[in-house]
Amino acid sequence: MPSRMRRSVWTLAVFFAVFFSVLALLPWIGAEHLEWTEIIAYVLDGQRTAHGLILIHQRIPRILLALLVGGALSLTGATLQVLFRNPLAEPWTLGVAGGAAVGAFLPQVFPALGSVCGPLNATQFLSLLGAGGAMAVVWTFARRAGTMTTHALLLAGVTLSIVCGGVVMLLVYFIAPFKVASFHRWMMGGLDVIGYRELLSMLVLGLPGMLMLASQAREYNHLAFSEEMASGHGVDVARVKRLTFLGAGLTTAACVAVAGPIGFVGMIVPHIVRRLIGFDYRLVLPCSFLLGGAVLAICDGIARTVIAPTEIPVGIITAVIGGPAFLFLLGKRTT
Amino acid sequence: MNDGRGIKLENACFRYAENGWSLEIPELRLGTQSLTCIVGPNGAGKSTLLRLAAGILKPDTGIVRLGGQNLCGMPRRMIARQIGFLPQETPPLFDYTVEMVARMGRYAYAGWLGDLDVEGRQAVDAALAAVGLQAMRERPLSRLSGGERRQALIAAVLAQTPGTLLLDEPTAALDIHHAVSVMRLLADLGESGRAVVIVTHDLNLAAMFAERLLVLVNGRVIADGQPGQVVCNKVLRQVYGNDVLVVDHPETGGPLVVAQRQADAAERRDHA
Repeated sequence: MPSRMRRSVWTLAVFFAVFFSVLALLPWIGAEHLEWTEIIAYVLDGQRTAHGLILIHQRIPRILLALLVGGALSLTGATLQVLFRNPLAEPWTLGVAGGAAVGAFLPQVFPALGSVCGPLNATQFLSLLGAGGAMAVVWTFARRAGTMTTHALLLAGVTLSIVCGGVVMLLVYFIAPFKVASFHRWMMGGLDVIGYRELLSMLVLGLPGMLMLASQAREYNHLAFSEEMASGHGVDVARVKRLTFLGAGLTTAACVAVAGPIGFVGMIVPHIVRRLIGFDYRLVLPCSFLLGGAVLAICDGIARTVIAPTEIPVGIITAVIGGPAFLFLLGKRTT
Repeated sequence: MNDGRGIKLENACFRYAENGWSLEIPELRLGTQSLTCIVGPNGAGKSTLLRLAAGILKPDTGIVRLGGQNLCGMPRRMIARQIGFLPQETPPLFDYTVEMVARMGRYAYAGWLGDLDVEGRQAVDAALAAVGLQAMRERPLSRLSGGERRQALIAAVLAQTPGTLLLDEPTAALDIHHAVSVMRLLADLGESGRAVVIVTHDLNLAAMFAERLLVLVNGRVIADGQPGQVVCNKVLRQVYGNDVLVVDHPETGGPLVVAQRQADAAERRDHA
């Protein structure tokens, strides 16, 4: 119907506008006040001015990475919430991000693992293995219990996250105690990158993962009723599940390998999106990506300015804002 | 009867690994009558039979055919164009609107983004009209009564425009008014050329509306025929024990099943 279509286009346009205004405005906010003249000198005349370097090689890649990671985590969260029939599911609360973190972390304590595996580096490859392992554990747990309650699944997932965090810290203390502070920082999630290399390496796994998830947008609407009803409508449920597992694993691994486990964005953003625009996943998925990116970029903006000139890991900001929201939603579902 | 018609189960056996319980159907053809009701006690395998017929479950041995073709080898989209399946109601994760639910029935026909062609829109409109929910298109499911919600889900199945409809307990948990209106709707659909097969616990509604009644006990079909032949003390007491009594319906003269306060009352009267 044309009116329905027009509304969808407008909705998408608004979310795109938010996404791009964050991209346009945030680079100008930071510890260092940027001078236009220096930027112009850098961009147009190729002079290596300090402000030009900060903008082009620090702030813009960092904001792009935040947009990408936040978007990817939110997209993944939105799909996992349907797959597990649990509105609080996301890579972190299910322990998938934790598993990916253990994998991503191994090459740092065992540098011998740091060889290159094809187009991926060892960090990404092992991160993917970790994410896959954690997903398999949670899924088996969810299946075994049959009609498992929302809370039991979350308890299992969050416990898995804590165990993974414990494993990482244990390894650090045994093998590289002098790195404790920096790894603690990494486990809280951080987006402090320089240049565009991380951004590109994230896309190697992240882009195919996100495309897999996005390709099933319509199918998730059917799955939200029940697997049997979706089959009855003609949906190949087994295929949707395979693609979701693979896509969510790839995307989570890509995010964690570059930014560490960042929690709660993937849970809360899809909630906000569904509250704003309804439940049609053909819109929920792109809008979750766009809003999730904007939200994480803003959180990161706070993280790098709140105690300027130094900064805190963005995972602390998302946990401080997202944790209470998680508890609120958990409480609301019990009653 | 033409061999290709309807859904045919041949030597189909389905076993639950957990407890060894099995459903065994030597031969059964469904979807050739206007309205078929599958009845039987809890755990008799009614839903399992319906799932086998819909291709949701695959039989361990034997074969299920749709129009002569093996159902298990067919893609879900192809099946969905011929068989509409409504499982027992489970609460959806999200609060979709009536229109959105009805449009979901067009999945098997729609393009990549789910856009409907003229035919699809007409099918959705016709489905909503058939269940009487045109005026509530924009209403979310949470703001419908139990009966209306069931009708919205039936509308999605109708929008699939299948030749055969398989519905699992479409009248469960509905009051008598809504249950009768759903059964009338299904009987009308049956008369308009579709074949409707439902699972139900309501023997009286089944006896009143069905063209064919199938009684399932412990994974076996023990009676299959017109309601007048099946709904009698002899058959029902095999199934439900001596707690039931069949009398004549005052309006239709058909069979009416009532409960007995004392299980042996009927026996005493039969002997007298």
